[in-house]
Amino acid sequence: MNAMKNPRIIGTTAVILLLGLTPLAFAQENYAMRVITVGMCAAIAVYGLNIILGFTGQLNLAQGGFFGIGAYGVGLLTTDYDWSFWAAFVVSVIGTAVIGYLCGLIALRTKDEYFAIFTMAIGFIIFLVISRWEPVTHAHSGVNNVKFPEGGGLVDFESPVAMFYLVFAILLICVYTTYAIRRSSVGRTLLTIRTSEDLADAIGVRVGFSKQLAFAASAVFGGVGGGLYATVVGFIGPDAASIDKTFEFLMFILVGGMGTVAGPLLGSMIVTFLFELFQDFQAYRFIVLGPIIVALVIFAPRGIVGYLGGFVDKRSRRRRAEAARGADDDLDSTGASTSGGAGDHRARNLADGIESGAGRTGGTPSSEETK
Amino acid sequence: MTLFIQQLFNGLALGGVYCLAAIGLTLVFGVLRIPNLAHGALYMLGAYITYFFLTTVGVPYIAAIGIAAIMLFIVGVGLERLVFHPLRNSPHTHHMIAAVGAMFFFQALAQAIWGADFRRMDTPITGELRILGAEISAQRIVIIVTAVIVLALLALFIKRSIHGQTIEAIEQDRVGASLVGINPSMVSMLTLGLSALLATIAAGLVAPINLLSPTMGDALNLKVFAIIILGGLGSLPGAIVGGFALAIAETMTATYISSAVGEAVAFIVLVAVLAIKPNGLFTKAVQR
Repeated sequence: MNAMKNPRIIGTTAVILLLGLTPLAFAQENYAMRVITVGMCAAIAVYGLNIILGFTGQLNLAQGGFFGIGAYGVGLLTTDYDWSFWAAFVVSVIGTAVIGYLCGLIALRTKDEYFAIFTMAIGFIIFLVISRWEPVTHAHSGVNNVKFPEGGGLVDFESPVAMFYLVFAILLICVYTTYAIRRSSVGRTLLTIRTSEDLADAIGVRVGFSKQLAFAASAVFGGVGGGLYATVVGFIGPDAASIDKTFEFLMFILVGGMGTVAGPLLGSMIVTFLFELFQDFQAYRFIVLGPIIVALVIFAPRGIVGYLGGFVDKRSRRRRAEAARGADDDLDSTGASTSGGAGDHRARNLADGIESGAGRTGGTPSSEETK
Repeated sequence: MTLFIQQLFNGLALGGVYCLAAIGLTLVFGVLRIPNLAHGALYMLGAYITYFFLTTVGVPYIAAIGIAAIMLFIVGVGLERLVFHPLRNSPHTHHMIAAVGAMFFFQALAQAIWGADFRRMDTPITGELRILGAEISAQRIVIIVTAVIVLALLALFIKRSIHGQTIEAIEQDRVGASLVGINPSMVSMLTLGLSALLATIAAGLVAPINLLSPTMGDALNLKVFAIIILGGLGSLPGAIVGGFALAIAETMTATYISSAVGEAVAFIVLVAVLAIKPNGLFTKAVQR
């Protein structure tokens, strides 16, 4: 299919453009800019969750912890040790990668429910360390006055708009990485693992290695999101690493659509907006949002982007079926001249049927979006 | 030595609470094949409803726990019907996400009704017992005794009664059990109700020594998961052994090392065990 005409790419580009232009509307309102920028930091971490949960099908409940490590890395290095932001940022992301890789070594020995509970325990240990290790992390008093990124005299990152575009640029890299992963053989490998680990193993996929890679990558995204979050907000407390953060990320990815390119971004923005809407109710917001999560999982497990993708697929399939029928009519009247084309259409329809069938038996919104 | 005896009884009391909470969770896993992440929220809700009947309504302590347990049984059944039943054919990640949604709902509900502040529940059972020179509060003795009685009754229920045996049958083979006329839906409802009931008894017993707060279930949730993973998901003896072992390890490290280590010991043990045996210590062969 011609890439320029692919509705999925058009849709994703539209969402990104719309987001990129928001400063035009809100440039004067610092609060709104800040909320959107914080939402984008979360979206980066959600892209990490997307790799391990959306593509690979492993429920990683430590993402909030990795987010916290990134945030505290940047926070502590720029204040207590007076590093520059960029140095602190790079070191924290590398640190998160190393910790993520080491956690993955143990965590990925377990499977399914064990994996989910085990990663939840890892997340909780990270939270405990951050909230209890007073001499280093300042425990509940948190970290104040995290440095702004240095603009080198060119950009002043104290302005909310400049900060917005910094986070936006990094978010774009994450979106593109996700897109590239999905199109590459690595992405297909991960999707195979999600559909069936045993099957993947049987056809020669290096299951353990691929999962390890996906887990480390998701931790890195979490660290990047956390590091940016620290500098955007300027103050971080232990709740930056709490298990609630993980659950927020889960909600973002669920609303947007697991395993899709635009889903995490769209979900983060929509739910951030919802959170703001319910802000007056603070903790009570989950009286409404809790049942919404449950209803989403039951009635709309594929998320917004998943549904739109399914709709697009159905339409293009119908169009192709019509084209094939038209070709059949031609064949009847004019003879064998177009037979190759018709046969090609039929074969492609058949392939579509098999692919979507496989997606359904896998129980996950899989191959329909993988094309 | 006195301190040791004191802490041993504290550990046993805590172990009783952990066991009651863990056994419900492991039963639910055995029957529904899902880790119910909302279990800690049910425990928290049970504590608050006990508090409501004891303090606000003013019924006797035992009756308050009883009423709360029955109410939570109904909540558990409702949870199965509204959340887990519609998801029975979904991939396993979806159950866990839905359970998290339910957990947040319960926490927000408790906070809306009773507020976010800590609350103290006074027990009518006062006084202390002297055992080998150590002073043990009567509440802790009550916890230990009640936990043992409830566990014995539960074992009797599962092994001897028809309804209990259906639980075991479904655990062993869901399809086979339905072939001989057991309704898996009924058993699922019964199991989730039972697990909420056991969690409520645990919460009602421990509430007088701990404080109540909407997030009191969070720490317990993780510990109980650590316990059933140590014992092997779905294993009843594993949950009992794991519960007491973890509670005693926790009180002892908190006493002799530091309270932060005591809080983390459950997870340190969990990480260590899973690093060596990824499927838990006493896993029985589970049909998947």
